[in-house]
Amino acid sequence: MDVKRRKFLKIAGLSAVAGITAPTAFNSLLNGAAFASSTEHGAPPAAEGSHATGHGGHEEESNLFQYGMVIDIKKFAEHQGLAEKCVTACHSEHNVPDFGNPKDEIKWIWVDDYEHGFTGYSQNKSMTGLNDLPVLLTCNHCANPPCVRACPTKATFKNDHGVVVMDFHRCIGCRFCMAACPYGARSFNWRNPREKYANGNYKFYKNGINPNYPTRMRGVVEKCNFCPERLAVGKLPACVEATGNTKAMVFGNINDPKSEIAQVLSANFTIQRNPAAGTKPSVFYII
Amino acid sequence: MPMYDRGKVLTGLAIFVIIMTFPVWYNLVRAQHVPKTELPKDVKQCVGTVDYMRSSHMQVLDIWRNEVVRDENRKVIELGGKQYVKSLQLGCMACHPDRKKFCDECHTYAAVDPFCWDCHFQPKETK
Repeated sequence: MDVKRRKFLKIAGLSAVAGITAPTAFNSLLNGAAFASSTEHGAPPAAEGSHATGHGGHEEESNLFQYGMVIDIKKFAEHQGLAEKCVTACHSEHNVPDFGNPKDEIKWIWVDDYEHGFTGYSQNKSMTGLNDLPVLLTCNHCANPPCVRACPTKATFKNDHGVVVMDFHRCIGCRFCMAACPYGARSFNWRNPREKYANGNYKFYKNGINPNYPTRMRGVVEKCNFCPERLAVGKLPACVEATGNTKAMVFGNINDPKSEIAQVLSANFTIQRNPAAGTKPSVFYII
Repeated sequence: MPMYDRGKVLTGLAIFVIIMTFPVWYNLVRAQHVPKTELPKDVKQCVGTVDYMRSSHMQVLDIWRNEVVRDENRKVIELGGKQYVKSLQLGCMACHPDRKKFCDECHTYAAVDPFCWDCHFQPKETK
């Protein structure tokens, strides 16, 4: 059969176009509805367990279980040393090492000043003494956590109670989550957290050792987990327990209108750290 | 047929065979030391049968870990009026406190090196 080059090229071109477009056209016909709805908001895919909606500043009411915390800075200012007490309680509960070196520092909860905790808020003509207040900072257990999206192994994930948990077993130490977290709430174990002093004591925070809680290993990222092992036995997180009756910290399900924390939140003006990041932090501050 | 340097060749061959088969007989001798398992005193039951625990304790630990850490399922296992926490450190080691006897005895024999103890404490370690 004599095929002219011109005719051959025409057929080849048409077949190529048909081959490329046909499956796409076919698929979009089949899943037309589903496809349209998933891209409607232009929002990134929701992190596992959280229902991130892309409505800008207007946050939808959520009835998902979400543990959260209210930290009353004024109460911490009234009770001298209470903030440090919370840090000690947490770090000795979780065998957090202290190498006395800011480069290797591991912190689950820490004290900083207003200026560094709330960088998004204007410091111009701010209240006198604002930066002398002890501000407790920790993982915000965001409703839309960027660290969870960054983690390649699902070592960090949002559990059924809205807590952003670290599964230390799965962490490969890539530190993507640390880059993703806008709050600096994650620390990397550059050194073996089980290092000992010459006298045989662990280099743990204030020499505190809790035999019931494991340590981590070198090359693992760690952060506050809202004490799931304590919540499971009906205790409050270690830091909240350390505040005693001062009500400086309130903990609970922020999406349950009957909970104490929801009532505190509705009765007080609270701010969150860097709300513009869109992460929806679950830790609130009364300044 | 004459064989040149008979002595040298044969000794060389003998040495070669000994070196090549060294791993075989070395392990034959070593394998004589079969680990002796010792059941904990005063404890009559475990969360599984002896055979099951021997063959599948690692799966049990993995399942427990995933349930506790990932699924928020910390339900205590109740067996014969006794409660067992789903935990290596607080569960298993409560009845089997000696890591050397309970873990290392077999793991060393089987050349299995689990990394549990990089993070978890064994009962005596913290004292």
